[in-house]
Amino acid sequence: MSIQATSRSMSANEVAWAIAAAALTVLTLFIASKATNPFYAFHMIVFALAGLAAIVALGKRATSGVPAQAAQEINGKPNYNYGPIKFATVASVFWGVAGFLVGLIIALQLAYPALNFDFEYIQFGRLRPLHTSAVIFAFGGNVLLATSFYTVQRTCQARLAGDIAPWFVVLGYNLFIVIAGTGYLFGITQGKEYAEPEWYADLWLTIVWVAYLLVFLVTLWKRKEPHIYVANWFTLAFIVTIAVLHLGNNATIPVSIFSPKSYIVWSGVQDAMFQWWYGHNAVGFFLTAGFLAIMYYFVPKRAERPVYSYRLSIIHFWALIFLYIWAGPHHLHYTALPDWAQTLGMTFSIMLWMPSWGGMINGLMTLSGAWDKLRTDPVLRMMVVSVAFYGMSTFEGPMMSIKAVNSLSHYTDWTVGHVHSGALGWVGFVSFGAIYCLVPWLWNKKIYSMKLVNWHFWIATLGIVVYISAMWVAGIMQGLMWRAYTSLGFLEYSFIETVDAMHPFYVIRALGGAMFVIGSLIMAYNIWMTIASGEAAESADAGKPALAPAE
Amino acid sequence: MSLWNKHAIFEKNSIILILGIIVMISFGGLVEIAPLFYLKSTIEQVKGVRPYTPLELAGRHIYVREGCYNCHSQMIRPLRDEVERYGHYSLAAESMFDKPFQWGSKRTGPDLARLGGKYSDDWQFRHLVNPRDVVPQSIMPGYPFLAKAELDADDIGQQMKVQSLSGVPYTEEMIANAAKDLKAQVNPDDPNAAGLEKRYGKVNVRKFDGGNNPAKLTEADALIAYLQVLGTMVDFKGYDAKANYR
Repeated sequence: MSIQATSRSMSANEVAWAIAAAALTVLTLFIASKATNPFYAFHMIVFALAGLAAIVALGKRATSGVPAQAAQEINGKPNYNYGPIKFATVASVFWGVAGFLVGLIIALQLAYPALNFDFEYIQFGRLRPLHTSAVIFAFGGNVLLATSFYTVQRTCQARLAGDIAPWFVVLGYNLFIVIAGTGYLFGITQGKEYAEPEWYADLWLTIVWVAYLLVFLVTLWKRKEPHIYVANWFTLAFIVTIAVLHLGNNATIPVSIFSPKSYIVWSGVQDAMFQWWYGHNAVGFFLTAGFLAIMYYFVPKRAERPVYSYRLSIIHFWALIFLYIWAGPHHLHYTALPDWAQTLGMTFSIMLWMPSWGGMINGLMTLSGAWDKLRTDPVLRMMVVSVAFYGMSTFEGPMMSIKAVNSLSHYTDWTVGHVHSGALGWVGFVSFGAIYCLVPWLWNKKIYSMKLVNWHFWIATLGIVVYISAMWVAGIMQGLMWRAYTSLGFLEYSFIETVDAMHPFYVIRALGGAMFVIGSLIMAYNIWMTIASGEAAESADAGKPALAPAE
Repeated sequence: MSLWNKHAIFEKNSIILILGIIVMISFGGLVEIAPLFYLKSTIEQVKGVRPYTPLELAGRHIYVREGCYNCHSQMIRPLRDEVERYGHYSLAAESMFDKPFQWGSKRTGPDLARLGGKYSDDWQFRHLVNPRDVVPQSIMPGYPFLAKAELDADDIGQQMKVQSLSGVPYTEEMIANAAKDLKAQVNPDDPNAAGLEKRYGKVNVRKFDGGNNPAKLTEADALIAYLQVLGTMVDFKGYDAKANYR
């Protein structure tokens, strides 16, 4: 900020953070020295190094003359804090490419098992959780951090709360990602889908998450506008509910603090119910509510149109969060979960169709009067197509939750296809759209090449279509083969025959996935070029007023 | 109109908004999860289900570590083709001591809920080392490293103790003898083998890696011990399906 970079002594705030970092370093070094597992010791050393790096960074912050407390306003305008958002945006592009690439690798492993190389650290069973966590929590999580911190500042007309805390949230979250991801490769896992990280990573995430909630909430309290904007309702629901789910599904007792292993306090059928209460609402609140918040800010902003219906947003917000939480048992149809719970899960999953489409309608109809922009703006097109994919997969989901349909689809690749139409189509595209918006806004540059955005859009869209079509055909075929009988009343196919029949579809799926990866590489290049050498945008664009809350 | 205006209270007060969110997300979880802990019908009345022996527990850890659940379910549904392909449909009682449950969500490979006793130890061993040796079209990764790695289960007693804190009926005697029982299960001549069977009841006691590595207790031994007990505990002769209808 200031021209004279005068050194100052550390502020009380910085000293407090440094003490916390020092405590972390000492504790983790102590654990590392007695760890029963070398990989666990390695993780503890990573924590210790992170603590040391934090202390050094805090010291540098003071000596290089960064003001202890940044100005809240400059010339009467909010002094927005973009640093942590920039970091999360770049991190999301990096993790996105990495996560998609691991997905491609495991898709190829299913088609060509030799690619497992009999090497324990890259087996399908260890890479698959790496893929799911990298795309959901690393890519999706960083997108959510970036967009929620951006949206809350702009819609509240206030600087992000805290000076160091937002950095702690963003860096601490990425540290969690590194610990969790490397842990899977080392074989450190809880063995619960989408909740694989072990107890110490979970504990760290809990601390980071509380900080995230506080930064977000305190920023809301600084708002100049009496109403909280709709995107922030969704973000708040996302943060609060993920915290509840995380605590419920990770209630474990470590074998010892020197061991990475822990055992969950729930067992068997109760554990299954907890798991899918968590698992389905990771979809409902992480991958839906969080990304609907993106839709509610970035679509109207990009289309320069107000949100279609304020009342619809109220109804679908409350209905969505109320209904979603019930849907978990549809992952357990016909299992040893009692029937009454399965029936409840199915009923609520079908009802969930309505608020989901409420969101879709509100997003799509925001384009009213601006549909022509789809022709000229590939970024807006990406976001609108994402909302269309959202509508499609939130129809498919309730349909698959019907027990009769589920008896066919469950355990097959149809489920995998369904997940990817939501993940690639909805979450992926709305994230790409947000990234293409955010980078020019944050760095105040023009996007390097709109043509490349267009290429990204078409290659990735085609890739998704190839992917999900292959999985529909393969999954339904697989389900039908499992239950096929000969005229004499014997099962027609052995299991391995059904595996063999999947091969061509696994190859086609990998092709679709490869196209999606290529699209993401084009994006990474485009973003890189924009930041590194893009033209400065006209300042008028950066100074555009934030949207008024829809009322 | 007036009702819509009432919504402003949520929009103008973040704490009330958070409270509203917490109330809304509480119902589903409370109604669907809480009764599973007190309704007696949740877990069927069966005979034979016991906690895993130390060796089986160590094997289960390897099953979890290698992410087998990503491709294999352990949950047979009560559908005609599944019951004919895999055996009796799975009961909640069969996984009542499973931490975590491993029902799975995908069958890239077949269901494993009743794998125990279906194949010989030797078949299992060869299949782990290179699945395509015994099933040419298989797409499962090979696990030759399990056959070489010595089983590290020094804290197995502590693991059982932690499990016993949340409902698995490991007795103090079982915990105290964990390390000895672990070794005894791969050696029928072990003086402690009788004690193991006394503590756990029906147990497979033998070298599980098909005699391929007689000198060493390997991870393959433990994993195969676990696979060979899957789905074999319940005594279905005495099982009354009607009485356990839920």
